[in-house]
Amino acid sequence: MNTNYDVIVIGGGPAGLAAACEAYDKGAKKVLVIERDKELGGILNQCIHNGFGLHYFKEELTGPEYAGRFVELVKQTAIEVKLDTMVVEITQDHIVRCISAKEGYQELTAGAVVLCMGCRERTRGAIAIPGDRPAGVFTAGAAQRYVNMEGYMVGKRVVILGSGDIGLIMARRMTLEGAKVLACVELCPYSNGLTRNIVQCLNDYDIPLYLSHTITNIIGKERVEKVIINKVDENRRPIPGTEIEFDCDTVLLSVGLIPENELTRNAQIVMDRRTNGAVVYENMETSAPGIFASGNVVHVHDLVDFVTAESKRAGAAAAKYALGHKAGGPVTEVKTGSCVNYTVPQHIRRENVEKGVDVFFRVNNVYQDMVIKVTSGDTQLCAFKREHMAPGEMEKITIPKVLLDKASDEITVSVEHQ
Amino acid sequence: MTNVICIVCPKGCHLSVDEENGYAVTGFGCERGREYGKKELVNPTRVITSTVKVKGGIHPRCPVKTSSDIPKGLIKDAMKLLNSVELEAPVHVGDVVVKDICGTGVDFIASRNM
Repeated sequence: MNTNYDVIVIGGGPAGLAAACEAYDKGAKKVLVIERDKELGGILNQCIHNGFGLHYFKEELTGPEYAGRFVELVKQTAIEVKLDTMVVEITQDHIVRCISAKEGYQELTAGAVVLCMGCRERTRGAIAIPGDRPAGVFTAGAAQRYVNMEGYMVGKRVVILGSGDIGLIMARRMTLEGAKVLACVELCPYSNGLTRNIVQCLNDYDIPLYLSHTITNIIGKERVEKVIINKVDENRRPIPGTEIEFDCDTVLLSVGLIPENELTRNAQIVMDRRTNGAVVYENMETSAPGIFASGNVVHVHDLVDFVTAESKRAGAAAAKYALGHKAGGPVTEVKTGSCVNYTVPQHIRRENVEKGVDVFFRVNNVYQDMVIKVTSGDTQLCAFKREHMAPGEMEKITIPKVLLDKASDEITVSVEHQ
Repeated sequence: MTNVICIVCPKGCHLSVDEENGYAVTGFGCERGREYGKKELVNPTRVITSTVKVKGGIHPRCPVKTSSDIPKGLIKDAMKLLNSVELEAPVHVGDVVVKDICGTGVDFIASRNM
């Protein structure tokens, strides 16, 4: 059996499917997608709500429909797929080691590798909620899979911690399935989800949103019986005397996502502590030549449409690398200035930029009437106005190549008041 | 004047709708937002997504959605219609699962192949 591929894509979710399709379209002949679940599509399969694809397909699709379109595209190609297969190790020289019940242990090699492992949810342990340890505490995404795919209802009276999009979507979903959602509790003074989800998931069903509040105690012997929440001060410390008690049997956690980068770290690929993803160049190449990364494994996105766009860039670059075109040349480092939490990419090879380079980032607070500035030394390269900015909304700017060529080996992206 | 947050796309434009002036909408970023603003006050509607039982599929549940938006007031009744449905694989995207929800002319359709 030939175990050598042009491009191996790790992960069969939206990122992996787009990367594989694009690598194939750009001339990579032997492309393989490795997926640990029993089907392609990733988390989209459990996101049965609509609102996907407005940018990419110009229509409003549900998660399974969005995934289904890419699965159909893959089927029309000679792209190989290994399901129920877990990658256990990748190396800097593109060896991919994986295991499955069907084929056992396998060692594969590739001209280029694309990392598309996505992310997983932060759990109760990660945020250290005090109290008892009864059954009934779920991450929102796990509950979503139980309800939407496996057909198990996870509870009847629910408190949701965190106002991330999955939490908001699950508030509505649980309500539609007959549960009573008592509260959505958010530590920050603002919601971390998209505004439209506050409207159509909470307001539509009269579910109260408690901003600047957190869970301070979970009570229950076998199953969750009660949850206590407190208001928090500006340093996010609970204020004594502000307790509110909820009689409930279920707590859903929507408290953030962590890129799943065990393979990346083991391969000694340089990581960014701000994103918890790999440091990438303009074409999504990591510090290991020929190993690319895209989607939520690099930085957590709000919209799958942007995951698709990013992954197509990664897939195209992987095909190019596998066919012998390696990128090089002088590097510009992208630094974060005021109000900016991180940028992707972190490095730009100017020679490898065609018309311009898209830079994605998030701000560290809610702001009105701001201007995004890109500077190099004392020179301002370009500026972009924004009426409204929030940490829950990923920002994108495009720096034209002509301006980038004027920059030194360092540019800074900052956000200031107008 | 009523303030409405547009839910048509993730941008979430802040709309103002003037009820006394023929429901004139301001603050929209696109034509769909203008329509949404008016509709939200005159006859608010939503697309509903849920699941139904399925036999012989890769999972025990199949996702469904309404083929178009339905009045908000009918959401509960529409959900009840799904309780008794049990599909049998193979199911294809777009297959009608429940016809004519509460006389609206809108159907529940499958949203994946299974």
